[in-house]
Amino acid sequence: MMNLLLSCGFPSPAADYESELVDLNRLMLRHPDASFLARAHGESMRGAGIHDGDVLAVDRSMLAQDGDIVVACVEGEYTVKRLSKRVDSVALVAENPAYPPIVVRNADNLRIFGVVVLVLHPLVTEGRRGLSYVRPQ
Amino acid sequence: MFGLVDCNNFYASCERVFRPELEGRPVVVLSNNDGCVVARSQEAKALGLKMGVPYFQVKAEFEQRGGVACSSNYELYGDMSRRVMWYLQQRAPAVEIYSVDEAFLDLHGMQQHFDLAGWAGDVRGAVRQRTGIPVCVGVAPTKTLAKVANRLAKKDALAGMGAGVLVLDDEAQRREALSRVPVQDVWGVGHKNAGKLYAVGVRTAAQLAGVGDAWARKNLGGVVGARLLHELRGFSCSGVVVEPDVRKSVCKSRSFGQVLSEMEQVAGAVATHAARAGEILRHDGLAARLLTVTVETSRFANMPPPYSSSAQLTLPVATDDTLTLTKWAQRGLERIWRPGLRYVKAGVVLDGLERAGVNQQASLFGDVATSPARAKLMRALDALNGRFGTGAVKVAAAVPAPGTREPWGMRRNAKSPAFTTKWGELWQVKC
Repeated sequence: MMNLLLSCGFPSPAADYESELVDLNRLMLRHPDASFLARAHGESMRGAGIHDGDVLAVDRSMLAQDGDIVVACVEGEYTVKRLSKRVDSVALVAENPAYPPIVVRNADNLRIFGVVVLVLHPLVTEGRRGLSYVRPQ
Repeated sequence: MFGLVDCNNFYASCERVFRPELEGRPVVVLSNNDGCVVARSQEAKALGLKMGVPYFQVKAEFEQRGGVACSSNYELYGDMSRRVMWYLQQRAPAVEIYSVDEAFLDLHGMQQHFDLAGWAGDVRGAVRQRTGIPVCVGVAPTKTLAKVANRLAKKDALAGMGAGVLVLDDEAQRREALSRVPVQDVWGVGHKNAGKLYAVGVRTAAQLAGVGDAWARKNLGGVVGARLLHELRGFSCSGVVVEPDVRKSVCKSRSFGQVLSEMEQVAGAVATHAARAGEILRHDGLAARLLTVTVETSRFANMPPPYSSSAQLTLPVATDDTLTLTKWAQRGLERIWRPGLRYVKAGVVLDGLERAGVNQQASLFGDVATSPARAKLMRALDALNGRFGTGAVKVAAAVPAPGTREPWGMRRNAKSPAFTTKWGELWQVKC
């Protein structure tokens, strides 16, 4: 890359204070090696603020606790639900009355991928947000 | 002490992280163009599938037994590798990334403060937890012995025994371990040396450690052989190398998905490689002065080995500019093009690399390709391709004829999405 910047005018007083943009990754990915982004599909977690098409940040380094929203593997497929530990079972609970909870009696049959730590939900349609441009480095 | 962390069945494990339906099933990963088996899950190994076997030979039976074949997904494997290595770098004082799925850890002095077996087991568990990739850890006083320890740990773990961790820190353990390893499996013993060793009755690593130094110097490559013996005996001859190698060249070369004899089509492949090579130069902040174009032909179908030809050009100014590289690559191709041949592979190699913009001699005639505007154009090109996927914006020469797929493109009929590196192929979960 050739950076032949031959500027001749008065130097900008802000030049000494240039810094990087606030980096959204740093907010979303506290453990970059252990965090994965996923696109959510479906309406079962609407009550938790997760809508169809939202982007989730899933952290595998955290131990899933009762009440966490998790990505769990059910019958060979990943699904997003709220983890509810009960006396004799574990339930994966939807946040939408139209979806019944999935009850897992044998904990060995439940594999948890990670804890959903953040959701990115657009508040206006993609079309209105317009084409994104990438800021040149 | 040294640690060796090695991922188990790495490519197959990467596929499984995002595709739980592959759990417990035989999985293979295929080479470019879906040609040969380049990686196997444990279940596929158990079926007797061999490394490197052409997939079409085993496809029918493999699929009948529930096997799943995946086209190679190097974006995914690269990202998962970065994640594993990144974590190891948090845990060990120094890490040498030895290959995509293997790293040496420098554990010097750590045995005074940690129980190394416990520490290694903890690292193993954490890598699995954080990335989903299963690994085994070998720990020993030398890199060669760490390799041996890892190998045995893996063998036991995959057989359902052991903890996936083996620490060799006393003499009796070292001897016992070496006696379990065939000599051809020792790191640094090549195929040729293994033959020589068998001829004199040396079959295990333990026996190799016992051969005379003079014999090893004479028959196993001089000082290299002597070092190998020292390492096997527990005396370290090499340390962990943290500095990554400085890139010396960029090579982009690939077999076509089909035989091509039209110049325009081969030129398309060459332009694609030149563009990708330019992207790598810009990413690394380098510029190239030498450009080589290669083609391989199969003059008669089914008659290997193919004939190959290449042309090397010295560029007037070292450059990282895709348009310039493409232009010179096309000239190179014109030089070596022989009409009427059946071409099966093309490549572009860039050498004579230097830091872009440093000591770079500007052209006397104000070359447009070195202008700031052109650098800006390249940045915009990289940004677009970074955002919308490799090849979203390309030079016209790399665009196939209207209505056709890239005739030089790879067959990747069973590729998983990139999952972690592209918005358009992001991992999907049901709610």
